[in-house]
Amino acid sequence: MKKQAKDKLVFWLFLAPALISFIVVVILPFFMGLYYSMTDWTAIAGVKPNWVGLNNYKSMFSNLAFQYSFIRTFIFTLISVISINLVSLTFAFLVTREIKFKNFYRAGFFVPNLIGGLVLGYIWQFIFKSVIPAIGGLFGINFLEELLLLADPTLTLFGLILAFTWQYAGYIMMIYVAALLNVPQELLEASEIDGANFWQKLWNITIPMIAQAFTITSFLTLVTSFKQYDIIVALTNGGPTDIYQGTVVNSTELLAMHIYNVAFKYNNMAEGQARAIIFFLVLSVVSIAQVYYNKKKEVEM
Amino acid sequence: MKSKKKFVKWSLTFITLLLFLITIFPFFIVVINSAKSSLEIITDPISFPQKWSQLFTNIKTIWTSPSVKYASSVYNSVIITVFSLIFISVFSAMAAWVLVRRKSRSSTIIFLIFISGLIIPFQVVMFPLVSLFRNIYEVSGVKMLRTLYGMIFTYIGFGAPLAVFMFHGFIKSIPFELEEAALIDGCSKPQIFFMIILPILKPIFVTISILNAIWIWNDFLLPSLILGIGQDVQTIPLAIAGFAGSFVKKWDLIMTAVLMAAAPIVVGFIIGQKHIIKGMVSGSIK
Repeated sequence: MKKQAKDKLVFWLFLAPALISFIVVVILPFFMGLYYSMTDWTAIAGVKPNWVGLNNYKSMFSNLAFQYSFIRTFIFTLISVISINLVSLTFAFLVTREIKFKNFYRAGFFVPNLIGGLVLGYIWQFIFKSVIPAIGGLFGINFLEELLLLADPTLTLFGLILAFTWQYAGYIMMIYVAALLNVPQELLEASEIDGANFWQKLWNITIPMIAQAFTITSFLTLVTSFKQYDIIVALTNGGPTDIYQGTVVNSTELLAMHIYNVAFKYNNMAEGQARAIIFFLVLSVVSIAQVYYNKKKEVEM
Repeated sequence: MKSKKKFVKWSLTFITLLLFLITIFPFFIVVINSAKSSLEIITDPISFPQKWSQLFTNIKTIWTSPSVKYASSVYNSVIITVFSLIFISVFSAMAAWVLVRRKSRSSTIIFLIFISGLIIPFQVVMFPLVSLFRNIYEVSGVKMLRTLYGMIFTYIGFGAPLAVFMFHGFIKSIPFELEEAALIDGCSKPQIFFMIILPILKPIFVTISILNAIWIWNDFLLPSLILGIGQDVQTIPLAIAGFAGSFVKKWDLIMTAVLMAAAPIVVGFIIGQKHIIKGMVSGSIK
């Protein structure tokens, strides 16, 4: 009896530090957030929030800035997932071939991933604003010299995707490298003897063999793109402005930043919180659907 | 046939080299421009600096500027990262160990609660978290916002789910006989954990610490809410955002600050390359 009580004490004592901090920092705020999203919460001390039901959710979908941000986030995520996977797969193919210094190249492609989003956002802002026009001037390319990339809503989004791909492709490459190194060499050699060309080998052997890696990399790129915030703050801070159905909107204010701005810049804490919850739901549904679909594909292959 | 193979090999090498140069081009831009004066950087952002000694002048300007507080930011970043890493790992290992070894319904439920933390994005909890910390201060006088310990406590909470999950998976594979033998020899439970289990967990410690170090060192949104930009306690990303976002862009100084922020990570990466790549990749797959 005494030993059992002591075991229980050890159990809770060992659990306490991690569990308490986790509950205070994540679980409690999560449920508070659910509640606040259905009130007129202002976050002002001493003001008790009033229950408003689903009003914050109803108003959200007719809000043009939110609609616009939602669409832009989807476009950004879709193109980022494609571009990051294409670039990283290319990198991975190259650095698993018989070339000299391949470990050196691997490390080089990986390094941008270690730089924080905020810092690299400033680097790319400088490149887009000063370096590209200067290169245009040097080679006499008028188009580049006069390119104001960060002033055009469409081009800016592509600028963001470029900066994000630069940061993330090296990391995704490493996952592909690990998968490619696991493809049995004998299989490739045997097919070569049977007369398969490069594309046949790629399509019929390599890609099915790394199907599991695709599930991981598309999940990671999808979630990370959808939540992107740091790079945008430093690179565009939401700008430049665009016109959406007659309303002025910020062209690169993607969802994560939109939520922040609604709450802090426009002082609508409760509405910001409601949008954060929708953000969480959409992210969960999309990522679960994606993993489910890919897992099914994996089996088929 | 042979010459064709050689041609393929050379063209692959060439393409790889080209892509490599494109990848490191932004770093090159940072290095050459951090050694320029404010005038030089406007007139010519793509050639080599006139004199490299300007780099030291720029570093000194940033380091000593009272509005940037770069020196204290470096100190805070180091303190926050080191202590968060230690506490996340040790506390999570402790929790994971008792969760594995005590088979009961409460262990299963608590483990699932931890796992749920993996799918909750930060955006959902950030506003209530700040508000909760403010309430804690009003009720108990414990200042969680704008303090180092508040920041470290927050990182423990956010870092725990992944760490508990990874330790949990690893501890399950450690044979229980090892602990039984020690129990018979008269070891107490805490002794078993700290003398026997903890040393076995070393490889997972390394993996988790690398993942967390890169996350915490570069993190911006969370510290901007807990510590606040331009307040007393700043980290390196906050300091950079503070002075790059405030005035007219002083690109010469921004580039130097960027170089100063990136250099330690790049040097650390070169030293511990193998572990870092392995750690980050295995962390993602789990």
